[in-house]
This record gives sequence, C-alpha cells and structure tokens, in this order.
Amino acid sequence: MTAATAAPIRTTSEDPRRRREMAGKVGWGVVAWVVSIAFFLPVLWMVITAFKPESAAETWPPQFVFRPTLSEFSLVFSGMGPYLTHSVIATIGSTILVLLLGVPASYALSVRPVKRWRDGLFFFISTKMLPIVAAIGPLYVIALKTHLLDSIWLLIILYTAMNLPLAIWMIRSFMLEVPSELLEAARLDGAGRIREITSVILPITTPGLVSTALICVIFAWNELFLALNLTITNAATMPMFLISSVPQEGLYIAHLSAAATVASIPVIIVGWIAQRSLVRGLSMGAIK
Amino acid sequence: MTVVEDLAPTPRVEVKPRGADRRERWQRRLPLLPALIYIVIVTQIPFLVTVWYSFQNYFWDQPGGAHWAGVSNYSTVFTSAAFRSALLRSVEMTVAAVIIAMILGVAFAVLLDRKFLGRGVARTLIITPFLVMPAAAALVWAGPMLDPNFGLLNWLLEPFGVHHVAWLSTHALGSVIVVMIWQWTPFMTLIILAGLQSQPADTLEAAKVDGAGAFATFRELTIPHLRPYIELGILLGSIYLVNTFDAVRLMTNGGPGTSTTNLPFYLYQQVNNAFDVGGAAAAGVVTVILTIIVATFALRLFARVFQFEEAGS
Repeated sequence: MTAATAAPIRTTSEDPRRRREMAGKVGWGVVAWVVSIAFFLPVLWMVITAFKPESAAETWPPQFVFRPTLSEFSLVFSGMGPYLTHSVIATIGSTILVLLLGVPASYALSVRPVKRWRDGLFFFISTKMLPIVAAIGPLYVIALKTHLLDSIWLLIILYTAMNLPLAIWMIRSFMLEVPSELLEAARLDGAGRIREITSVILPITTPGLVSTALICVIFAWNELFLALNLTITNAATMPMFLISSVPQEGLYIAHLSAAATVASIPVIIVGWIAQRSLVRGLSMGAIK
Repeated sequence: MTVVEDLAPTPRVEVKPRGADRRERWQRRLPLLPALIYIVIVTQIPFLVTVWYSFQNYFWDQPGGAHWAGVSNYSTVFTSAAFRSALLRSVEMTVAAVIIAMILGVAFAVLLDRKFLGRGVARTLIITPFLVMPAAAALVWAGPMLDPNFGLLNWLLEPFGVHHVAWLSTHALGSVIVVMIWQWTPFMTLIILAGLQSQPADTLEAAKVDGAGAFATFRELTIPHLRPYIELGILLGSIYLVNTFDAVRLMTNGGPGTSTTNLPFYLYQQVNNAFDVGGAAAAGVVTVILTIIVATFALRLFARVFQFEEAGS
C-alpha cells in the first residue's frame, strides 16, 4: 500500500483505487461548494430582495421570480450623500492616522527596539481588551465639553485609537521579516534612521501596510456603536444611515435590503479584490 | 514549531557597549512616543473619567449635575440582578460564538485547502460574511432571513416540518449567536487556512510514506501545527465578539425581556434610557476590572502563542 503511493505514478483511470480517490476529490469539492453557497446565501438574499418592488419582498412563499426594479436603490441614493461623505472621511482619515502613528511605533518595537518593547506591545493590545462601551457615558461628556460631539474629528480620533493597537502588532510582524542584511547594508552606507525607514523598510513592507490599512478600513467603515452614541447629523456615518432607513411601520424590507447592500458593498468589493492581502494581515504576516 | 518562530521572531537587539548612552535610548524611544501618548490619552483618560463618575450621582434628565455619591453606585451594581444577568449573557454569547465559529472555521479551512474546481470563487463566497457591515447583517437576518411571515429560513425549513417560527421571539439568544457565528466563521477560516498552507509539504509527504492515514496525520501533525493559529483566532475573535452590540441592538433590542441583553447593550441602556451616567460608569468599572482579570490570562496566552518568554531572553 505504501509502495503504491510512493512509487512513480503508473496508474490509469481504470485503477479502482485511483478512481475512488478521484470520486473522493469531486465529493469534497461538492461539499465545499454547498457550504460556501449556504454561507453566502444571506448576502445573496439581501441583494435579491434589494431589487424587488416592496410588494414582492414580503410574500409567502418568498418570490424568486419578479420584475426587478431600481426604485429602492434610487430612493437610497437620494438620501445617503452626507452619510457617505462622513463615512469616507472617518474611514480614510483614521486609517491614514493609524499608519502615520503605527509605522514609527512598530519600528521602535522591532527593527531598533526600545528596551521594554515587550511591555509596550502588550500595553497596546491590552487597550483592545478594555471594553469601550464601559466608558460611553463619560466619553459623551468629554466630547460635549471639548466641543467634539457630533463632529467627524471625534470619529477619526476614536477610530484611530480603536485600530492602532492591532495595526501596530501587524506592522511590527511585517517589519521583522525585513532581512537584516538589507538593514545592515543601509547602515554601512551611512543611512540614518529616517532613510532606513523610507528607503529600506517601507518599500519592503508595502504589501503588509496595505493589508493593515485594509483591515483598519473594514473596522472603521462598519463601526456603529460610537457613531450611534456620539454623532447626530453632522458626522453620522453609513451604519447610522442604514438604521435610519428602517421605518416604524409599513412595508420596508426591500428598502432596507437596498440600503444594507449599498452600505456594505464598498467594503465587500475591496475585500474581494484584496483577499490575499486580507489573509496576510489576519495571520499577522505569518504567511507570505 | 518553526511557525511559532515565524510568528514572532526576536527583534534584533544589538549588544551595546556598557556606556550605551541616553541619547541612543531616547532615539529609540522617540518613534514610539507619538503612538504611545496618543493611545494613553484617547483610551485611558475616558476610563479615568469613568472611575470618577462611578462615585457620582449623575442623571442626565435631572437638573443639578453630578454630586458625590460614595460607593452607592457600586452597591447597586453588585446587588443588581440585571447586571449579573447581562454579564452571564455576555460570557454565554462570546464563548458559544467563538467556539462554534472556530470549529466551523477549521472544517471550512480543511475543505478549502483541497484543490477543487472553482476554489477561489468558493473562498470568496465564504469570506463575504466577514466583510458585510454588522448593522446590515443584523437587519438582513432580522428581516428577510428570519421573519416569521416571509423569512427565507422558514421557507427553507418548511420541508422539515418547521412552520412560521418567530425566531427572534422564541429563539432570540440562539438567533443572535447564529449571526455572530456567521460573521466570524470566515475570519477563523482565513486564519486557519493560513496555518494549513504554511504547513511544510515534506512533513505531510513523509507521514504518507510512513503509511499514516489522513485522520491520523490530521490529528498528530496538523492540529499541533495549527495550535498557534487556533489560539490567535480565539483571542482576536473574543476581543471583538465580547463587544457585540449591533446584532443585539438591531435584532432583539435586548429582548424578549432581558434574554439577549449582554453587557455592552446593558451599559448602552443605562446611559441612553435610564440616563444613569453614574450607575453605568460603576458598572463599566466593574466590567473593566473583570475584563482585566480575564485579559491577564489572555495576554499570557498571547505571550505563549508568540513565544515571547523564550524570544526575549
């Protein structure tokens, strides 16, 4: 049995063992597909429902054949302008700030580490374990007193703090992968710390920084709790828009689905395109 | 355990002569300071203020502002059945969601690790729930998916004798947990998949040559190899899932009764509905203390995952 597998392949499709293996492969492929589609189904249903007229969205049995309409979408688009702007500013602003603060900090925790780099690293991640919800009342009062309540700056500041710890862990793990010979060579060439970062580390860690930024974008774009508690109109984001699209009465399921689709689609598409990057970021640079 | 070293190799600590000067030390510290100061200000100050408010009697809807209340807020928290129940609910939700998501994640990762037609597309479909905005996920599950009258799930389950179940009133906690699992399984799948793909092929080949069955290989080689990845997934998953708010707020609003009221939602209610800033602050402080106790263990686990103990020395 052992020999058969290890020996050079001489088998043909008539070989029953090989045929069984093939069948097994196809079988597992089918299982994987069934699971994937089942998992995707709620998203698919959301998108399908978004194209329904309101009257076709709340029927029994659910309708799969209907005349698709864009009317709910146009209704959604007409009202979301300011929300979209706020979300884009808060997401991009906080992600840029995370990178500006995170890159030097990660450098000081990896390439030329401070003495107690381990404590620093653990301090950052420990702040992620403090539940922000515990401080929501005082946070509101602080925002009120500093005139930051309902301002986009408040969201940028808080989303940066929310994403920075994880970002530092990720960026650090990417920086540790920079070959030490390259750093050595740069130092021999008389490169200072700034040049070391800009001309050696940044070019090499760019894919890692992209992964990190991507994950920050996902979390910032999707954040609801802080936006709900600390903004009203001047800084309300897409999740707030989504919530506001649920009326108290009447038929609203198609409208809700259209709003949910529109609110989710930017991050879904970015995530699809940057899948590899996402995997790299989540596994903390453990795979290349 | 080579992967572990990959996960956290030791930084290159240069050996400095004895008189390693202050200047060098400060030059090393300087790049760290902006991020450190930022995080200290933004995350620690609100908590200090929380501690202060926890000793105050402060209701938003009452005139007169805050005044000193001693430990009365704390005695309320400790005798409050609602707080205890919210705490318990948080633990239940987080543990159930993290464990089930991890089990599914390992299963899906093993499936996706094999070659089959359209694997890339299947992987894309599986990761999508993680990308969906949690508020959107909650609303879509609550409406189009789980509605008793027109929900897709009831239609799918009808052949199995399920008739118009009002999931959000009869199985509220389960429904919320299902959505948490649905959103976080892709995350676990991706981390475990990364682990599987980093497994050295020659080891697996050697096991095959030695006549090890697929299951034995998985148990003896793959699971130990995956351990740091599993631990990483559980840690990150718990950090985010323990703060679950969107699904509770938008699917069940904590109900029916308080059956889905977890700590985040409880604190939210205290501030927004009861206007009790002081009471919420005290509950928050207790939550933070409990979190610190759990986090101490979690951090130790983190240290083990990344093998800092050995790496540092």
